[in-house]
Amino acid sequence: MSETRIERRFAALKAEGRAGLVTFVTAGDPDHATSAALLKGLPAAGADLIEMGMPFTDPMADGPAIQASNLRALKSGATLRRTLDLVRDFRAGDDDTPIVLMGYFNPIYSYGVEAFLDAARTAGVDGLIVVDLPPEEDNELCIPALRAGLNFIRLATPTTDEKRLPRVLTNTSGFLYYVSIAGITGAAAPDSGKVAARIAEIRRHTDLPIGVGFGIRSAEQAAAIARFADAAVVGSALVEKFANGATAEAGLKALLGLVAELADGVRGARTDKRAVAGE
Amino acid sequence: MNNPNTFRAGPDETGHFGMYGGRFVAETLMPLILELEEAYEAAQADPSFQAELDDYLAHYVGRPSPLYFAERLTEHLGGAKIYMKRDELNHTGAHKINNCMGQILLARRMGKRRIIAETGAGQHGVATATVAARFGLPCVIYMGETDIERQKPNVFRMRLLGAEVRSVTSGSRTLKDAMNEALRDWVTNVDDTFYIIGTVAGPHPYPAMVRDFQAVIGNETREQMQAREGRLPDSLVACIGGGSNAMGLFHPFLDDPDVAIYGVEAAGHGLESGAHAASLTGGRPGVLHGNRTYLLQDDDGQIAEAHSISAGLDYPGIGPEHAWLHDTGRVTYVSATDKEALEAFQLLSRLEGILPALEPSHALAHVIKLAPTLPGDHLMVMNLCGRGDKDIFTIAEALGTTI
Repeated sequence: MSETRIERRFAALKAEGRAGLVTFVTAGDPDHATSAALLKGLPAAGADLIEMGMPFTDPMADGPAIQASNLRALKSGATLRRTLDLVRDFRAGDDDTPIVLMGYFNPIYSYGVEAFLDAARTAGVDGLIVVDLPPEEDNELCIPALRAGLNFIRLATPTTDEKRLPRVLTNTSGFLYYVSIAGITGAAAPDSGKVAARIAEIRRHTDLPIGVGFGIRSAEQAAAIARFADAAVVGSALVEKFANGATAEAGLKALLGLVAELADGVRGARTDKRAVAGE
Repeated sequence: MNNPNTFRAGPDETGHFGMYGGRFVAETLMPLILELEEAYEAAQADPSFQAELDDYLAHYVGRPSPLYFAERLTEHLGGAKIYMKRDELNHTGAHKINNCMGQILLARRMGKRRIIAETGAGQHGVATATVAARFGLPCVIYMGETDIERQKPNVFRMRLLGAEVRSVTSGSRTLKDAMNEALRDWVTNVDDTFYIIGTVAGPHPYPAMVRDFQAVIGNETREQMQAREGRLPDSLVACIGGGSNAMGLFHPFLDDPDVAIYGVEAAGHGLESGAHAASLTGGRPGVLHGNRTYLLQDDDGQIAEAHSISAGLDYPGIGPEHAWLHDTGRVTYVSATDKEALEAFQLLSRLEGILPALEPSHALAHVIKLAPTLPGDHLMVMNLCGRGDKDIFTIAEALGTTI
């Protein structure tokens, strides 16, 4: 099977000897045009991978910041079709930065799984994270997505014990997303020592790159994660930054500013040689 | 679809009733759900668990509930002989406690120290707060802000029972949002918390487990009808939000083909108005809250807001087993409007001296349509699953009076 953009990007990061920055924004928040402009600005600001939320009325795993961004997007007319339009527009100017769509299953199910996969691949989507599809429901979307040449990125969590981990890793591709805390997005900051130990355990079971997310808000926290993980994922902090802007333009500027800070943190993390996770 | 030779065997090992049900939850919750499934299977196989539950049902809940012949209603409607399964006489005033008692005993077996629940009308919240008080466990109830407003008596009852009622201000601020918030709590408090889901929905094993705990309604009805009339009833009628009282009554009769079964959804302002809670009639299959089932949703798969005068029926989904019984045709699903339910409420109050909750008033509205078309030897059972005291403010407002 040919390499996906996600696989190429992680290989390149590895060659550079640094971790990547994955930035999450909700598609269509606060409106389609601003969202399109924001997407285009992310790679230059330092995002290595883009994770884009597919708006849903009932985001059960998300905290208040991302819930609110989902509702803002929906209010301005966001749909799954429009989300794919955003990806297509972005791809016209950037053929390298991987895009992962993240969300919940119902809008995809409603669209029709095969039709969605076809449209997503054509638009330039590289991978999917669907929160409410555990391995037990692999036949719904995971297997068809892999067959369609998309990566299916699974979440492993603090409750995923050694016994369950192999099940979670089976059919996971692109990278593994380690959820650093038991909780919802934007909640408490992770204890990076504990997370590092857990990542080391998980690496015994897989060669996949591992991204770590949930609760990372600052450049310092991102750097701490980037010392041992292959990528740090930041979402709620960016979405909040954006929402707090007095105007959409101000919000956009503030968000891209935070992305640049986070990218600096992530890129500088391993210059301290003691911390290189090279074993 | 395969034509099943039994309607009572589901779910399969993966928690599916036909294509419905399943385990659509975040990975963080998956190990917890597997642990719950294992614990529930062990409890079912342990006679001491059932014995303990039966003891509490008899002496704390007040079971069996009577099967009452509604003589004046029968006369008034001039058709079928109408019986009412009086689950509104249970402790706390509704069928909800049958399930709560089962689940809290299971929580204790599992060593869980904290209880959470979602509630719509507040009946499940009150029942959960009640059993939590009885067993000395801290309890948090999630309730939509809109429901808190229209069910004040139940909010106060929960607080009197020592529960913390958390107001949910996200989304439509009703039952579905309360369930989202309870799931968010569970995913955050994975070590010590037991989530008591109040209806036959959610990820496997909840739909089957809640049904099993509610099946006491149907099992008693079989025995009581045999004792009263020497045979099984000809028809059953129950209201459906998530569908736990209905499933509890229906399930023991699913393999008796001569028993006609009717589930009554809430048609709100009317099906054509769009403001209703009839997921089977007005929705299509989708995935929400851990299971695939019929959902009210728009073309993009966004969940629509339900409407019903009854907070307990105001949910855009329905239990997955109902979805399957609908597709197989074993159960006939119909609906009743806010207005029909209000009229039914008043009729029963005056004819039988019983104030029904607005939820079973929907079932009664269908009884009112159906009974006159049937002969006098037709035995009909309606599940009177809750009492109406909690609804008096809503009803007063609908009738244009103040209390």
